[in-house]
Amino acid sequence: MSLLETRGVTAFYGDFQALYGIDMGVEEGETVAIIGSNGAGKSSFLRALCGLQKTAPDSVRFGGDAIGGLAAHHIVGLGLAMVPEGRRLFPSLSVEENLLVGAYSKRPGPWTLERLYALFPILGERRHNPGTALSGGQQQMVAIGRALMSNPRLLLCDEISLGLAPVVIRDIYAALPGIKAEGTSVLVVEQDVGQAMKVADRLYCFQEGRVSLAGRPGELTREQISLAYFGV
Amino acid sequence: MTEWIDTLMQGILLGGLYSLFATGLALSFGVMRMINIAHGDFAILAAFAAIAVVEPFGLNPFVVLLVVAPLMGLFGYLLQRTILNRTLGKDILPPLLVTFGFSIIIQNLLLVTFSADTRSLNVGELGTASIALGGDLAVGVLPLIIMLAAVAVLGALQWLFSATPLGRAFRAASDDAEAAQLMGIDNRHIYGLAMGIAMAVVAIAGVFLAIRANISPADGPARLLYAFEAVIIGGLGSLWGTLAGGMILGVAQAVGLKADPGWGILAGHLAFLAVLAVRPNGLFARTRDR
Ligand SMILES: Nc1ncnc2c1ncn2[C@@H]1O[C@H](COP(=O)(O)OP(=O)(O)OP(=O)(O)O)[C@@H](O)[C@H]1O
Ligand SMILES: [Mg+2]
Repeated sequence: MSLLETRGVTAFYGDFQALYGIDMGVEEGETVAIIGSNGAGKSSFLRALCGLQKTAPDSVRFGGDAIGGLAAHHIVGLGLAMVPEGRRLFPSLSVEENLLVGAYSKRPGPWTLERLYALFPILGERRHNPGTALSGGQQQMVAIGRALMSNPRLLLCDEISLGLAPVVIRDIYAALPGIKAEGTSVLVVEQDVGQAMKVADRLYCFQEGRVSLAGRPGELTREQISLAYFGV
Repeated sequence: MTEWIDTLMQGILLGGLYSLFATGLALSFGVMRMINIAHGDFAILAAFAAIAVVEPFGLNPFVVLLVVAPLMGLFGYLLQRTILNRTLGKDILPPLLVTFGFSIIIQNLLLVTFSADTRSLNVGELGTASIALGGDLAVGVLPLIIMLAAVAVLGALQWLFSATPLGRAFRAASDDAEAAQLMGIDNRHIYGLAMGIAMAVVAIAGVFLAIRANISPADGPARLLYAFEAVIIGGLGSLWGTLAGGMILGVAQAVGLKADPGWGILAGHLAFLAVLAVRPNGLFARTRDR
């Protein structure tokens, strides 16, 4: 049984259809990447998974249970956590409080403040600063840490490298093995194809609300990806 | 000189009551960006509820308050969950209209049930007791109790907001409601709790008001206005600012009243306008780097 399995996920904004039936899956222990150009529907898909976007009950199965359309605050408790596009830290909370609020659902598991400060030492040093007073990369670490505090079985990351310098991106992705070592599976959305190829066991490419390509990075050719990504 | 010190002291103590009125307003605005137009009317409603049980049974108003405040809190939670949550959204008009409707309904219900006569709660000798401070100065025991209650309530809320998981959830939901949901926070429940606390505190304010002064069913809107002024003077998002705002309003009214009996309320409004002109965000507004 797959950890995550979707069948025909759709998403609408009023009359506008953003997703036309997405089928995909994530196995236990896997890192899966979704790539695609601007407006392909990557964020809409992640929002559907975590309950922020309406979708049919049976279209999303997580750990075997149908979770489509459940309230977002309920889904976190089941072990599906999201690092949202643009980080969305809470400005009136300190770094430490941002992390603590991530543990609101009280899911048992390995992640504690101490473990997170070991993973991202800079956050320990800046723990009393307002979350939004940090650099972009550090804020992204807070956003990831905050999601980990709910001890997820599956971590969704929406463009965690967006707007960051290459060295910073490297630092952030360097945390991935430590996260996976705790048994957490990861689904990342990336516009940076090179980065996605490096970290992912499997890859999906979205184009205009559909899956245009799926496979293992080593087995996909540059031409295939370019066609699936740009449509030309 | 003594007279002026006395006036100042009266004003500061009056500010305690004002800040109790203001707290609930600040809370519901702070957490769910909602202004409850019926805020003052709920205070008067709680006061009349207390009067309705105190008078026939000859109970102690302070004991009755221990029951009325939690009941109003529960009522506030249910009101938020059943009706007010549905009015929240991008448009700020629906909550204003709905609570304006409540204001009218409550005033008329009270008018039908209790008539337009003024009423008050009697606490016996405590109502007139005072402590001599030397010279010609004396401080009323009742205003002092109210001030201490205000400080205790604000202190407790400050602790709740800054040091507890629930307080973090309040602030998170206020910052970014959607991101808060991603943390497992049920905003509808959080908003219900915020309104529950707001209603419990405004019930305390209403009962204290009826102990200090005469009230009538139509008094709510004036209370809302003072509460609003205290919140704005103190600055949104600052609980201690709300206490300071209440005190500044109280002092302005007391000073105005001393200058001329008709000027008390006006002086309060003028102080409000003066603060608004100099510091539009209030004196103690928390600056957020968003
Ligand atoms: N709130 C919204 N209202 C209306 N349309 C929206 C909304 N959010 C997204 N869309 C539309 O849905 C489509 C998919 O958007 P989505 O944000 O999912 O794409 P994306 O792949 O995440 O893009 P990006 O790489 O720019 O983040 C786009 O055409 C977008 O314009
Ligand atoms: Mg996106």
